[in-house]
Amino acid sequence: MKSAGGPTAASRTPNYIGVPLPRANAKRLLAGRGQYVDDIRLPRMVHAAFVRSPYAHARIVRIDTTEAHVPGVLRVITGAEVAGMCRPYVGVLAHVKGMRSAPQYPLAADRARWQGEPVAAVIAETRALAEDAAQLVRVEWEELPAVTDAETALEPATPVIHPELGDNLCFERRVDSGGVDEAFARADQVVEATFVTTRHTAVTLEPRSILADFNPAERQLTVWHSTQVPYMMQWILARHFGLSEPRVRVIAPDVGGGFGLKIHTYGDELATVAAAILLGRPVKFIADRLESFVSDFHARGHCVKARMAVSKAGDILAVDVDDLYGIGPYSGYPRGSANEGIQVANLVGAPYQQRAYRARSRAVFQNKPMYGQYRAVGHPIACITSEGLVDLAAEALGRDPAEFRRRNYLPADAYPHTLVSGLTFERLSQHEALDKLLAMMDYRRLRAEQAELRKRGVYRGIGLASFVENSNPSSATYGQGGVSIAAQDACTIKLTATGGITVASSINEIGQGGYAVISQIAATLVGVPIEQVKVVIGDTEVTPYGGGNWGSRGTGIGGEAVFQAGKALRANILNFVARLTESEASLLEIRDGSVVEAASGAVRMSLEEVARTAYFQTARVPRDFQPELTVTRSYAQKTYAGTYTNGIQASHLEVDVDTGFVKLLRHWVVDDCGTIVNPLLADEQIRGAVVQGIGAALYEQCLYSPEGQLLNGSLIDYLVPMAGEMPDIEVGHTCTPTATSELGAKGAGEAGTAGAAAAIMNALNDALRPYHARVFTLPFTPERVLRALGKIQ
Amino acid sequence: MKAPAFAYVKPASLAETFELIERYGEEARLLAGGQSLVAALNMRLAAPRVLIDIGGLREFAGINVMEGTLAIGALTRHRDVERSPEIARHLPLLHQALPHVAHAAVRNRGTFGGSIAFADPAAELPACSLALDAKFLIASKERARRVAAREFFKGLYETAMEPGEILLAGEFPVLESGYRSAFQELARRHGDYAIVGLAAHGRLANGVLSDVRLAYFGVGATPVLARNAAAAFEGKAFSDAAVSAAQAALEHDLEPSDDIHHSAAAKMHLARVLTGRVMAQLAGAER
Repeated sequence: MKSAGGPTAASRTPNYIGVPLPRANAKRLLAGRGQYVDDIRLPRMVHAAFVRSPYAHARIVRIDTTEAHVPGVLRVITGAEVAGMCRPYVGVLAHVKGMRSAPQYPLAADRARWQGEPVAAVIAETRALAEDAAQLVRVEWEELPAVTDAETALEPATPVIHPELGDNLCFERRVDSGGVDEAFARADQVVEATFVTTRHTAVTLEPRSILADFNPAERQLTVWHSTQVPYMMQWILARHFGLSEPRVRVIAPDVGGGFGLKIHTYGDELATVAAAILLGRPVKFIADRLESFVSDFHARGHCVKARMAVSKAGDILAVDVDDLYGIGPYSGYPRGSANEGIQVANLVGAPYQQRAYRARSRAVFQNKPMYGQYRAVGHPIACITSEGLVDLAAEALGRDPAEFRRRNYLPADAYPHTLVSGLTFERLSQHEALDKLLAMMDYRRLRAEQAELRKRGVYRGIGLASFVENSNPSSATYGQGGVSIAAQDACTIKLTATGGITVASSINEIGQGGYAVISQIAATLVGVPIEQVKVVIGDTEVTPYGGGNWGSRGTGIGGEAVFQAGKALRANILNFVARLTESEASLLEIRDGSVVEAASGAVRMSLEEVARTAYFQTARVPRDFQPELTVTRSYAQKTYAGTYTNGIQASHLEVDVDTGFVKLLRHWVVDDCGTIVNPLLADEQIRGAVVQGIGAALYEQCLYSPEGQLLNGSLIDYLVPMAGEMPDIEVGHTCTPTATSELGAKGAGEAGTAGAAAAIMNALNDALRPYHARVFTLPFTPERVLRALGKIQ
Repeated sequence: MKAPAFAYVKPASLAETFELIERYGEEARLLAGGQSLVAALNMRLAAPRVLIDIGGLREFAGINVMEGTLAIGALTRHRDVERSPEIARHLPLLHQALPHVAHAAVRNRGTFGGSIAFADPAAELPACSLALDAKFLIASKERARRVAAREFFKGLYETAMEPGEILLAGEFPVLESGYRSAFQELARRHGDYAIVGLAAHGRLANGVLSDVRLAYFGVGATPVLARNAAAAFEGKAFSDAAVSAAQAALEHDLEPSDDIHHSAAAKMHLARVLTGRVMAQLAGAER
């Protein structure tokens, strides 16, 4: 681990970077003193409920709201009315060539294009009354044929969702090194498979929530919003409602989970803001679980046809990939729905030497809910494809899958390494990670035990999955596409009157531990005990500007801004004290809240004295010197499109070959996220992310009828992973700090999800090998395993 | 997910309860543990005008053993059944089944009577009642009657109870010597409704099985007593051949249909797998 900069080993103030401190805000949340949007009650506040389309595709013939105007109902708002207040939006990025979508409105005005699309908002004194009245809004529908199968979405016989676009293609990406066909022609072995990942959704514990309050006198809009991105929402609300941006304040109080779900624009939330403007009263909308299933963004319904060419010697010669996925009826706003496909096309086979590589990814419109970024965007699909092919190739060549991986990894001296797709890996630690993982899991012993148990009719499998994961994205992801989502973050640190510090940061806390990370970096860099640190986050009116939490960027980018701000404040304090004491700043240090002589440790001034002098006793300050004890620093990662992290996961499981049930026995992860600020948080991020990957592998799947009706839109039928079925997840690390920042941190939030499903798929196929059975369609239900085994037809 | 408005009354006696039922008729629903009904209200799948909370009728909560019969009051919480030493001793099948009923939080509130009267075909207790040949004590304002579990479950969420009747108790013959029980279910996550489950009860004397009852759940509109499969064990020792015969005979007992996650074929296959496993467990055989 890199030195944090200032404090030395002899310092009495601990270096909090790398220290497993319990998270500072946990006690408050556990004591029930958290404040989520739904906990906030304003005077004159009213509630929104939505009439939603019961059809996947239908024309709205007419809406009759007469009966809904019952006592307690203030207003019923329909699509046309909101459209007159809120500019429509189109989810395309200028730098993603050929990407298309159509203008989208908060509430459907003429046609509804998915089951669950909001059509009218009912505003009432209570949510229950609003729900009552919503049932009394009469909508006359003309049902239209729905596009629900990505495979046929581009066929001429399929209806076109947006006739003005000509067909249902949103976007296509191609990557080609050349020489792929030649490589397959001369290969000793070719393996291929079709990998199918099904639509699933994030299921945050706190659903989407917004409370909007508009003050007409100042034309000031304040929203309390369960969001990962306060500044993005400020920009969107100002832009689309025609408000002055400084007069839009977005406050993210406690946020109960994000996972990418809360970085998108939602029509029902915009309609809530419209209602607040129309009524001049605060309006609250808390999505309930049922409407969350049909209105939250979904992700990962991909079908990837892929093949790999290998030589007898054991080298991967070429990879060829064709990915097709169905998004919603519009590309998501403002980030677009192309990122999953872009990542698949960029990253299949990425941990390995790609001698020849070709990929195509196509996104097509469908009459299903909106679709976009969700934890580890696209990476799990790329990983399932790569690692599935790698295991098939190893098997075809009769090689051990661990050794086959090691042979084909990018060489350790090949960095920085630029992929065919144009992305650059700054530095990976794959060989080291593999060694560490095999030692942690005692790979040889497990293999021996597996062979022994098979003789007794117990079928266990061991699966590996190497992964890479983007983090610390530059403006290449969004900003260069003309979208105002900051790639930069900032931090303002202020010395308080008694020698503590307040740290205002543009990253926020969504349950991931951002608060703790900010505290630990700031305390270390300034040199104060961590109890003297107060973190201020989640409010566009009091924090400096920045991108917020997405793309595994909080610690890597936001944390570096904290690092630089802390360093700058420390320098300012030392310069000030040097001047006051006629010393040299280089001879002073800050330890445990006091400025001391570095050599002797003798205290020159406590930070309280420093603050008192600067703020109250300015007569003691030389006339030509103005101490600056509030500093702001910003940081953006500009060297690479992203600083890639890497690692490897392993799954150990047992299949009941009579029932098709899979029991997870254990899971291992070795992750390299560079400098770790808090090991407890890093490990828990990885475990939580692995559990979401396990959800994808074994449980989660949005099931649709051919007409586009969601069949399992409740937590009774949509299975999320539960603690009882989860294995122990053992986490280890290798550490390759990024040289793009002084802190050296890379992201840790998504890597667990990137690799978990692939490890389980490989372990399951390893377990089924004696039966020559294989599964490549997720989730791996008992039904699918039984069919693969030929136990049912 | 807010329930439409309803009136709430909490009677203090059975007589008062009957009066309320008479007064409100089909506009009323009885509220016991609320573990199914409250969710249905919030999802607006049910919209009664009045909820009659019978939770105050404490005389219908509790477990009593008398003259070869164990009675479970309708308002007995699942958790109390699960932890009852009398149940463990006299009705080991229920003791084995209860941990599979949802999660502890649900069992803390959910009631025995609620589960029986709701008659979910994938629930554990209706199937156990079939296997144990229980009777249900049902009362209306005018009369009380007993209905055998085998006559009780009529269809999907449909029972032999008539309008105006309340389920007061379940009555189970206590375990006779030589009888054994076994219970297993297959659910992807612990506490979920089973894909298939099997409650088995029968006599094993001198290695010979008799009076075997196999009650399957999750495989039809009601729990199903599989008479053909059970007959395959009658008068026989436990053996692979008997299991195979029972598995084949299930063809004539069960008619599962597809659910959203599993095909009928998968359910039938899993029912057959469970047959072997549960009977092995019952017979104490290693498998």
